[in-house]
Amino acid sequence: MTDFKWAYEDLEKGRTIEFEPKIVTAEEIIEFASEFDAQPMHLDEEAGKNSILGGLAASGWHTCAMFMRMMCDAFLLDSTSQGAPGVEYARWKKPVLAGDTLSGRSTITARRRSRSRPDLGFVTCRHELTNQHGEIVLELENTGMFLLRDPGAAA
Amino acid sequence: MSLEDYFRIGETIELGSHVFHPDEIKRFAAKYDPQRFHMDEAAAEHSVFGRLCASGWHTCAMWMKYNLAHREDYEKRPWTGEGPPPEFGPSPGFQNLKWLKPVYAGETITFTRKAVKHRALASRPGWRVLTLICGAVDSKGDKVLEFESAVLVKAE
Repeated sequence: MTDFKWAYEDLEKGRTIEFEPKIVTAEEIIEFASEFDAQPMHLDEEAGKNSILGGLAASGWHTCAMFMRMMCDAFLLDSTSQGAPGVEYARWKKPVLAGDTLSGRSTITARRRSRSRPDLGFVTCRHELTNQHGEIVLELENTGMFLLRDPGAAA
Repeated sequence: MSLEDYFRIGETIELGSHVFHPDEIKRFAAKYDPQRFHMDEAAAEHSVFGRLCASGWHTCAMWMKYNLAHREDYEKRPWTGEGPPPEFGPSPGFQNLKWLKPVYAGETITFTRKAVKHRALASRPGWRVLTLICGAVDSKGDKVLEFESAVLVKAE
């Protein structure tokens, strides 16, 4: 497991890991919505403008999926992650519109070793995506499981 | 008809079943969640899950697809109350989402929804927040997904 850059030991409380920015295109908004969330404001510019969202807007589930990809590329794929049992909360605070540039980050807010499995730990993160205006568009918190690099070392 | 009747408060509604084929699991994962246990059968065997399984976000997105197909407005469920029919808007988010069991390749997943309450939204006159308990079970009847969601509805 030492092949990975990020193990439990590296995910210290207070640490923030930045994501690479991503431009959201109209095509991908429509593609995701066509498959999973075919509401007019996710499919059509005019319908979006006439909706409470104010433009062609990504499905909230699409925003979550984009967040996941950004987090994967930032650190998760190069980590000892053992998956996550869930998400405490997610807030879609602002619409994500076609042409937006999303940035994001994960901040570790707590962590603890597993009592039953000495090689495993739980890492709680507050994650956010922001748009080009600096507004938070998605905020969520969850706890993931990560293997230790060196379970034998003192905690 | 009251809003309670229209939203079917307290009633668990079965939204339909979906077979998660390996190809669509990999297709979703390649775009949004390319962890090895969602991308490749052989790699998944050596992972914590033991077999190829869907991204948790894929299961959520699929819940939305089935939810929408059975939403009151998409079902063209007639509104017989006073005033214009309730109009569904966006969702402010969700909470207590649990991926209780992996959705393995080939599994048939059945999605459910139960509306539990609705209240006026102080910050947006004319709009209400409808709270939903959302879920999914596999072919053995084991829960694979559970979360509490909300949706804004324009209603008198």
